[in-house]
Amino acid sequence: MEKRVRFRGWLLPTLLVVPQLAITAIFFFVPAGQAVWQSLFIPDPFGLRSQFVGLGNFVFLLSDPFYRASFVTTAIFSASVAFVSMAVALWLAVLADRLIKGSGTYRTLLIWPYAVAPAVAGVLWLFMFNTRVGLVSWYLGLLGYDWNHTLNGEEAMGLVVIASSWGRISYNFLFFLAGLQAIPKSVIEAAAIDGARFWKRFWTIVFPLLSPTTFFLLVVNVVYAFFETFGVIHTITSGGPQQSTTILVYKVFSDGFVGQDLGSSAAQSVILLVVVGILTIVQFKYIERKVHY
Amino acid sequence: MAAITLDSVHKSFGRTEVIHGVSIDIQDGEFIVIVGPSGCGKSTLLRMVAGLETVTRGEVRIDGVCVNDEEPMDRDIAMVFQNYALYPHMSVFDNMAYGLKIARVPKSEIQRRVNVAAEMLQLEALLERRPRELSGGQRQRVAMGRAIVRKPKVFLFDEPLSNLDAKLRVQMRLEIRDLQKELGVTSLYVTHDQVEAMTLADRMVVMNKGIADQKGAPLEVYSDPRTAFVAGFIGSPATNFLPVEAATNPRHDASLLGVRPEHAITCTPSEGRIQGRLIYAEALGAETLLHVKLADGILFTVRQAGTDPIPSEGAECGIIWDQRHQLMFRADGIRCEE
Ligand SMILES: Nc1ncnc2c1ncn2[C@@H]1O[C@H](COP(=O)(O)OP(=O)(O)O)[C@@H](O)[C@H]1O
Ligand SMILES: [Mg+2]
Repeated sequence: MEKRVRFRGWLLPTLLVVPQLAITAIFFFVPAGQAVWQSLFIPDPFGLRSQFVGLGNFVFLLSDPFYRASFVTTAIFSASVAFVSMAVALWLAVLADRLIKGSGTYRTLLIWPYAVAPAVAGVLWLFMFNTRVGLVSWYLGLLGYDWNHTLNGEEAMGLVVIASSWGRISYNFLFFLAGLQAIPKSVIEAAAIDGARFWKRFWTIVFPLLSPTTFFLLVVNVVYAFFETFGVIHTITSGGPQQSTTILVYKVFSDGFVGQDLGSSAAQSVILLVVVGILTIVQFKYIERKVHY
Repeated sequence: MAAITLDSVHKSFGRTEVIHGVSIDIQDGEFIVIVGPSGCGKSTLLRMVAGLETVTRGEVRIDGVCVNDEEPMDRDIAMVFQNYALYPHMSVFDNMAYGLKIARVPKSEIQRRVNVAAEMLQLEALLERRPRELSGGQRQRVAMGRAIVRKPKVFLFDEPLSNLDAKLRVQMRLEIRDLQKELGVTSLYVTHDQVEAMTLADRMVVMNKGIADQKGAPLEVYSDPRTAFVAGFIGSPATNFLPVEAATNPRHDASLLGVRPEHAITCTPSEGRIQGRLIYAEALGAETLLHVKLADGILFTVRQAGTDPIPSEGAECGIIWDQRHQLMFRADGIRCEE
């Protein structure tokens, strides 16, 4: 059933739509256009004049080993964040789904991390894992593990993945819980009567029936890891050590604002724009097909 | 195949007890129908046999073994749900094969058994379809197929026909009956529809608010109801009840008198044991239902053959019935001893 409101004149609908369009134009189309424009130039070292280089910035980027490394870093980072945050969220949602009493409190507590700004989350985790005063690193030290994410690239990656995943767990949890609760109880019961025990039921019935939710969250979380984790990376590692946590978005910032290479930075933004576009298309195109029942 | 025993089974949800001690003995191969109004605890009882609800007190035994603590998968039962509960992401074939795959039945045997069941239920052409591409009646058959391929000891049915239209319901009722007789599997069938209960049951159990009011063969329950509730629930249209003062034949302990519509006939007011005004005559073809409003406002239904002359609506009339067919009940609803 479709519900539509029909307006008589054109004035009110126009007034209603204009603010939204204006915001989109000012904060999206204009900067995006500028980025595309700037990506075609190289400014001189003093920023006084720009030289037109066509696709030169892109050609240079795609052959730049650092840029390619950043692509790989981003892929590892996004995949890890998506996997960790979704796996933990699904596990918690399965527990909450089985829990009847006290599930309200449990849910409320789980939603809190989502309200914490990424930069704050970053500081929080940084503090816990601080090589000198951090609680977690101190315990790890007791266990004989010398934690130092400022020197060890893999540990740095692990830390930013944890810090970035943490806040996402709440969001994913809500979707998974809703997804689980939408599965008819009798279908699960039928499977139990058919002989399937908990894990068998989970993998053959529950997980397949959750697949639309899972796919949706996968795309959303990858987009998040790509674009919204800047605060976490900036506060915890600043892309280091040795660029081991420099994801594409962070590289736009460090090349553009720190390195003052505006042409390259703009070209990187344009590439990211294309990536977002592709992810969005994937989401729209497949999300309906994935709902295969 | 198996015998099932419910031994004074109780069930509470939190502090509310909804089943107050029900005992039923089901013979091997028997078709038992539990019938009662919505909310009386039929599903709960069935789900305790399935292992989907715990038993608060009492015992459920299958073949003499107490299964109170056994999981559903260890009970070797199959269940058909009211909403069918098919696996939406699997084809009809996979829906039926699911239990067999879990039991690690060899592929060729699975293929064979599913095909046999599909043929029995006329599902051969639909094996590749998904449940959402099936009609209600077809889904119902798939749910049946899923139950029979596993060759379980016990079939449980929870109102399996209530989502079908009337015509299909009659047809499926006959099919279920035939299938059960052919396979000889002990079956426990839950319904709120007394016609279904009458036609399917070897024996039926009439439930009333968590208590089994009466157990017995359908016709026996019909002709010899033990409580006013059973008399009112079994038989359609329902039994007429009159407070005993209104009747001419009071007994010392009776407070309610029941007369089935088919046992009463109309007559002239002076001949009748009670009098009233015909407010509506429902001519159904083969039979006619005469709704008579008595002086004290009680509605009394008389059922007569379709060929009998129909009195004009609004006419005053009397009602008489054969003493042998009247049912007397005590104030607590229990039938008076003859
Ligand atoms: N999970 C449950 N929690 C609490 N009460 C329940 C639950 N399941 C059923 N009941 C209650 O138990 C009674 C019997 O329900 P049910 O067995 O479903 O009745 P029926 O199948 O005869 O319509 C109802 O009053 C219902 O509200
Ligand atoms: Mg029910």
